[in-house]
Amino acid sequence: MAVAETAITRKVVQRASSGARTKDLLFRAALLLCLFIAVLFLGVLIVDVAIDGVPLITPEFLTNFPSRLFPEESGIRPALIGTLYLMVLCAAFIVPIGVAAAVYLEEYADPSRWYNRLIEVNIQNLASVPSVVYGILGLAFIVRGPIDIWGLGKGSPTLLAGALTLGLLVLPVVIIVSREAIRAVPPSIREGSLALGATKWQTIWKQVLPGSVAGIATGVILALSRAIGETAPLILVGAIAFRLTDPTIDGQFSALPIAIFQAAGEPRPEFQILAAGAIVVLLAVLLLMNSLAIYLRNRYEQKW
Amino acid sequence: MDRGPQHTARPSGSAPPGLTRVRTPRSAGEQVIKVLLAGAAVLSVLTTMGIVVTLITEASKFFGEIPFGDFFLGTDWAPLAGGDSQSFGVVPLLWSTLYLTLIALLVAIPLGLGVGIYLAEYASPRVRKVFKPIVELLAGIPTIVFGYFALTFFTPLLADVGIDLQVFNGLSGGIILGILVLPTIASVSEDAMSAVPQSLREGAFGLGAAKWQVVVRVVFPAALSGIVAALVLGASRAIGETVVILVASGNNPNLTFDLTVAHQNMAAFIANVARSDVSAGSVAYATIFAVGTTLFVMTFLLNLVAIRFVRKYRQVYE
Repeated sequence: MAVAETAITRKVVQRASSGARTKDLLFRAALLLCLFIAVLFLGVLIVDVAIDGVPLITPEFLTNFPSRLFPEESGIRPALIGTLYLMVLCAAFIVPIGVAAAVYLEEYADPSRWYNRLIEVNIQNLASVPSVVYGILGLAFIVRGPIDIWGLGKGSPTLLAGALTLGLLVLPVVIIVSREAIRAVPPSIREGSLALGATKWQTIWKQVLPGSVAGIATGVILALSRAIGETAPLILVGAIAFRLTDPTIDGQFSALPIAIFQAAGEPRPEFQILAAGAIVVLLAVLLLMNSLAIYLRNRYEQKW
Repeated sequence: MDRGPQHTARPSGSAPPGLTRVRTPRSAGEQVIKVLLAGAAVLSVLTTMGIVVTLITEASKFFGEIPFGDFFLGTDWAPLAGGDSQSFGVVPLLWSTLYLTLIALLVAIPLGLGVGIYLAEYASPRVRKVFKPIVELLAGIPTIVFGYFALTFFTPLLADVGIDLQVFNGLSGGIILGILVLPTIASVSEDAMSAVPQSLREGAFGLGAAKWQVVVRVVFPAALSGIVAALVLGASRAIGETVVILVASGNNPNLTFDLTVAHQNMAAFIANVARSDVSAGSVAYATIFAVGTTLFVMTFLLNLVAIRFVRKYRQVYE
C-alpha cells in the first residue's frame, strides 16, 4: 500500500534514526531477495526445459506414436490427442454444472439456511482436497463403480472416466470464479429487469449471465488449464503412456502429463529428454489457453 | 444464449424480451429451474460423500485384515513385499510425508511471506502489475514439470555443489515442493495484508514508526489470521502433492532425518501402487484406501482450520 503514503508520513520515515533506516533497507533487501529467488526458479525452470525441449519439437514429434526403441522417431500423438479430448469432454461437463451451481448459490440460495452454508463450506473444502484423492474417487467410483452407468468402461479405464474425474477436481474452481462474476453484476440490472415483468429465470438468462460471461469464461479456462496439467488422478484412473492407436472416448487413453511422467522415469537419457519436448508442448497449450482467457476478458468484460 | 450478446451491449437500453411474453403457468417452470440449479450445487456435496464413502468402505476392508494398531503404530513399511516380509506399519510413510512437508515449508514460508509482504506493502502499482502475474504463472505450471525439473536439473545441481546424495532423494524433492507451495502462501498472505485498513498504517507512521516497523509490528499482526490461513493452506498443499515426490524422491519412505536418501509421501505411494501391477482386491491394493483415508483426514482438518482463519480476517476488515 505504498501508494497511499502521504508526504507527511514519508518525512517521518526520513527523520527516523539512522539505525532504523539501515534496518529498513535491510528488510527491503531481504524481501526483494525472496522475490528474486522465486522469479529465478521460474526463469531457470523455463530456460532449462526450453533448452532441452524446443529442439525436439518437429512435425514428426507431434504426429508420431511413442517408440521404445528409437528416441528420434518417438512422438506424442496419442498423448496430445488424449489431452485435447480430455479438455473438450471436461469442458462439456464443468460448464453447465459449474455455472448452474454458481447461479443457484448466488441468485437463489438463502445463506442463512444450514444446507446452503454446508454447500458453500463443502465447495471451499473440495477446492483443496489433494488431486490424488480425486484419483481414488475416479478409480473406485467412476472406473469400477456405480457411476459407470453406461457401462462404457466395463470396469476398465476410459477417457470418459478420466475426463469426469478431472471435471470433479476442477468444478470448485469454476463455481468459485463464476460466483464472483455473477456477483459483479450490479443488483440494479436485476431490479430493472424484474420491474419490467421478467421472471427471475428470464432475468438470469437474459441479463445476469450475459453480463458475467467474460468472468465465467475466464474461470472455465483457468479450470481447464489446471485439469490438463494434472498427473496424479490420471495415473489412478489408469491412463497409460504407450498407446499405439488414437484414443477413443470409451477406450484406454494417454495424456501429455502421463507421457511426461513416463519419459521422466526413463533410465536412458535419450528417452528421458523426450519429457522436455512434451513439457514444451503442454506449456504451449497452457499459454494459448491463458492468452485466450486474457483476450476474452478484455474483449467482453462488462463495465457497469 | 442466442440473443445474449446484444443485451450485453445495451443491458439497460431496449426492453427485456421478458416483457412481451404472455403470462403462462411459468411459476411451475421457475420452480423446476430452481430445483435443477440446486441439483448442480448439491453435486459438490455428493462428490464429498462419494470420496468419504469410497474411502470408508474400502479402508474398512483393509482394516478387516490388518489391525488398526499394526497400521498406525508399526514402523516396518513394506506393503508391496511378498510373503512374510510384507508389513503394514505406516509410521515411516507418515514420517516421510511430514518431513518432506517440513522441508517444503522451511523453503516456502520465508520466501512466500517475503514475496507476499513485498507485493502488499512495498511494490509500486507498476511493479506489482509485473510481478503478481509472474507469481501466478509459477502457480500455474503443472506439478509434473516441477518433478522433471527436480530430477533432471536440481538434483544434479545439488550433487555438483558437493552434496553427496542418491539420484532419488528427499532434499531435492522437498525444496522443489517448497517452490511449488510458495505462490499459495504468497498470494493468500498478500490478500490478508492488503485487507488491513490504511488507517492502521497511517496511525503507526504518525507515531514515528519506520516503514519496516509498520509492516512487522502493525500490518503483520493485524493480518495474522489470514497469514496463518496461508501457512495452513500451504501445508495442506505440500502434504497432498503427488508427482514431484513420485518423480524426484523415489519409491520408499525412510524413517530417518537423512535427506540424501529416498523419501516417499502418502500421495506418491498411492500413485505408485495404482500404476504397479498389484492385483485389485489384494491387501496390498487395499493399502491405497487406508493411506488415502489418512491423507484425506489430515488435509480435511487443515482445510477446515484454514477456512476458519480466512473467515476471521474477512469478518474483521471487510
